[in-house]
Amino acid sequence: MTMHSITVTVNGGRERLDVPSNMTLLQLLREKLALTGTKNGCSAGECGACTILMNDEPVNSCMVLAVEADGAEIVTVEGLADDGQLTPLQEAFVEHNAVQCGFCTPGVLISAHALLKRNPHPTEEEIKLALVGNLCRCTGYLRIIQAVQTAAGRVSQQAGLPRPASGGVGAASASISQDKGGA
Amino acid sequence: MLARPGLPSFDYVRASALYEVPRLLEEHGEAARLLMGGTDLFVRMRDGFVSPQILVDVKHLPSMRDVSYDEQTGLTIGAATTMNEVARHPDVQAHYPLLAEAASSVASYQLRNRATLGGNLCNGSPAADTAPATLVLGGRIVLYRPTGEREIPADEFFLGPGATAMQAGELMTAIRFPILPPGSAGKYLKLGRNKAGDLAIAGVAVFGFPDGTASGYRFRIGLASVAPVPLRAREAEEVLAASPPGEETFALAAERAMEAASPIDDVRASAAYRKAMVRALTLRGLREIWRQLS
Repeated sequence: MTMHSITVTVNGGRERLDVPSNMTLLQLLREKLALTGTKNGCSAGECGACTILMNDEPVNSCMVLAVEADGAEIVTVEGLADDGQLTPLQEAFVEHNAVQCGFCTPGVLISAHALLKRNPHPTEEEIKLALVGNLCRCTGYLRIIQAVQTAAGRVSQQAGLPRPASGGVGAASASISQDKGGA
Repeated sequence: MLARPGLPSFDYVRASALYEVPRLLEEHGEAARLLMGGTDLFVRMRDGFVSPQILVDVKHLPSMRDVSYDEQTGLTIGAATTMNEVARHPDVQAHYPLLAEAASSVASYQLRNRATLGGNLCNGSPAADTAPATLVLGGRIVLYRPTGEREIPADEFFLGPGATAMQAGELMTAIRFPILPPGSAGKYLKLGRNKAGDLAIAGVAVFGFPDGTASGYRFRIGLASVAPVPLRAREAEEVLAASPPGEETFALAAERAMEAASPIDDVRASAAYRKAMVRALTLRGLREIWRQLS
């Protein structure tokens, strides 16, 4: 089987790799680059656990060949947080308990992150539609949707954030704010 | 069933020019398959339904992802344009909203970033969501071959489950749509097991516009997932051209559309249910389009 020499940018770092024709981008990330945050669920483009950003757009990495990613810019769930600082979206997931087993979470975060980039003020319906391709068997989706709504509110009104105005996301990565009222 | 992340062994070839593609396809014959989005192909390869030895990637070739609109000639969409690119393109939204609606009904947002309009059509799936819209909008399939280009109406393109009029060595490069009649309206009604994200149990595209028929209007109805091929419900269309629009005519047309369907029982629904849903969706679509036209 043919090998291909490719260059990809993954979470900001350039990687030169030799990959066989049939290697998926998912395999490349997990098995060659040890970025195991991205999960393999169905291997068929249905479940969304393998969702990553490719050139700023979410794709199922099980449905992309590694060689097709030559020259692309890839962001995985590991690339969302900046130096250990969670994004407002990730913080909202923690606050809302939008995670149970966590297997779908990396893909959900990527899809929701991409949604908020293209549509900073999504309606509940728009959130649901954006997450159609991310199956979750634990949460019943409600808390996920609430977390995305919370993050959208915060991102859109930076001034009103209960946090430093520097664009940071809370004091320390470990001390997530514990607003009551989600219940 | 265990998830299998790996694909069977094959060689990936990135075609360097259009003219190279027919040669590659000819050289490798049955062993070669064209690759665009891969969203159907990879699943079928994993499941062992197809086992190509060569995948010829063509999606990056010139004009394969171009979308252009001309007030004289209409819309041309490169075959490898993704569903999301089709759905959000301003010219598609402005002039062919039915096509945008159909493209955005396919699977999930992230899958629509890979799945292509051309791939959806040239797989020849009876369930192709963009097929009914392509049929009722008068789409034409542009095929490239060594001797040049040929164009065939979407009507003549679908031959059976997985079978199309594309011949060995041919490559779909674009889909063309004519300028639509003034005052037209279209709607795609898709019924899946879920509200969104699933393959269609039944899909019905309804398109209507004022015309010099006995009824004063022309309607076109396209069906997916309810026959061996996506098809037009011609007898329903004839009813609508002949009789004045209204509940009675619509009910009769919906009945005719149902008769045009010849579905199978499968994991998503029974044949009987599919037929009943064709009638229901057609009726709903006609009412909606009539509301917009009148």
